Amino acid sequence: MTNRRRRVRNDVLLALCLLLVAGVCFGLFLLAREAGGHVVVWVDGEAVASYPLSVDRTVVLTTGADGTGRNTLVISGGVAYVTEASCPDGICMGHRAISYRGESIVCLPNRLVVTVE
Amino acid sequence: MPMKTKKLAFLGVMASLALVLAFLESLLPPVAAAFPGVKMGLPNIVILFILYRYGIKEAAAVSLVRLLLAALLFGSALTLAYSAAGAALSLTAMALLRHTGAFSSVGVSLAGGVAHNAGQILVAVFLLGTAELAYYFPVLVISGTVGGVLVGLCAAFLQKRLDGHTPA
Repeated sequence: MTNRRRRVRNDVLLALCLLLVAGVCFGLFLLAREAGGHVVVWVDGEAVASYPLSVDRTVVLTTGADGTGRNTLVISGGVAYVTEASCPDGICMGHRAISYRGESIVCLPNRLVVTVE
Repeated sequence: MPMKTKKLAFLGVMASLALVLAFLESLLPPVAAAFPGVKMGLPNIVILFILYRYGIKEAAAVSLVRLLLAALLFGSALTLAYSAAGAALSLTAMALLRHTGAFSSVGVSLAGGVAHNAGQILVAVFLLGTAELAYYFPVLVISGTVGGVLVGLCAAFLQKRLDGHTPA
């Protein structure tokens, strides 16, 4: 096998290995997932609030490293999601609603993490 | 002996190119809407090219310049932390893989892409203090691989085109 061919073969092996690892991880996560009971709100690495998923509510959270950020958390129908955010990218708003233990919605600019436990 | 002027100027141009790519990338919507921080890694086309053409020192220098300027111009201290971690891990992985000589630039690049994303998750977990973020890992491996392959192909193309035209 020429050098070139050998290298490309190794590339493909590497890619397949990585994808396999990712696939296995994903499969394990899927199997191990369990419905969550409540969401925990973390701002700047500290847990600041906890709400049960069973009770519909809307909360405007004070976020950001300096408390100037705003994120609106909605719990409805057993799932949680973010409807408004003061961050520039708004990725947290586009996130799918979460309800399984371990799932999380993150707003990096506002240092916010909402997880299900 | 100080670096020759031509080479220095060339590296400067390459750093600017990497910076522009980083800027363009920051304008694009996230590759996967639900997963923040997932980027294609376009600047790595340049970094990878420099790595192959000159070596790790030059690649690290260009990468560092790009990081600092990108964070200053259109990022924040937070962006800097994430990019630095991603770039550091990425460059280490790429240099190691290239050193073995067992992979082509595409393989090196995809390892770099995955390492880059892994670095970013680590920083996120460290800063936000919750290990739940590790759930993003499979997606970031996949996007790192796909992005890495594309970047590697671009870098290889660049190598072919610029062969013999870059200053020593």
